Amino acid sequence: MISCDEATTICDKNQYGEASAWDKFRLNFHLLLCKHCKAYSKQNLIITKMFGNYLDTTCDASKHLTSEEKKELEKNLNKKIN
Amino acid sequence: MSDTKKHTLYPNKWVVLYADYLFNYAATRVDNSDLAKDLVQETFFSGIKGKDNFRGQASERTWLISILKRKIIDHYRKINSAKGKKEVRVSFYPDGDRKGSWIEECVPQTWGNEAEKAIENDELKDTLDKCIHNLPEKYRMVFLLKTVQNYETEEICNELDISSSNLWVIIHRARVQLRKCMEENWFKN
Repeated sequence: MISCDEATTICDKNQYGEASAWDKFRLNFHLLLCKHCKAYSKQNLIITKMFGNYLDTTCDASKHLTSEEKKELEKNLNKKIN
Repeated sequence: MSDTKKHTLYPNKWVVLYADYLFNYAATRVDNSDLAKDLVQETFFSGIKGKDNFRGQASERTWLISILKRKIIDHYRKINSAKGKKEVRVSFYPDGDRKGSWIEECVPQTWGNEAEKAIENDELKDTLDKCIHNLPEKYRMVFLLKTVQNYETEEICNELDISSSNLWVIIHRARVQLRKCMEENWFKN
């Protein structure tokens, strides 16, 4: 019988599709008997979904350089080119 | 023989054409604007230095991004080998007869049926960012590499020179802490 720490680790691996069949078998058995890990398993899936389109949603205006920053970059780069 | 179009480099146009794109790429991956700016500058410098190595098969932007990717990985390597000062909070008994069991104060609480719908919420994204930022740097790096940048386990292990069981310990601790942080800051109410 695996511990909760081991079970939740398998659950994490499973989020990335990297849990083996044997891992999953041991996990599911543990989940039958442990309500805490069962809750963790549900919530882990929600967290995985949150990262589904993470990169797309992080493209916001704050992730741009200001024109001063770009001018400085140009200056430094021109020094190197010449 | 096919006449494949060969690309050329135009360094004096790089800032205008690619600075924002590279900056955005770096900033979402290193979680630090100043560092991202430095990495973009270093990428351009490396591009100048190495322009004779450019074979013209990839586009300029693709080539610059590959240099940037390299620098980001180097940064992760540095972080990974630095002595970790901050550790994640412990959620399971580390030893004794209850080794591996949940510590009572840390067990998952109920999130309610609304939890799934919250995923679309912008404010939730801010909370998520905050929780990611609260992870110790080493854990955050590895977690983002695997979860956001979708690197393969083998790739990460090779780049950072860690075993796969090591990797999963880090991912596991990061996720357990993330879950707790989201629970405390979002789902509990």
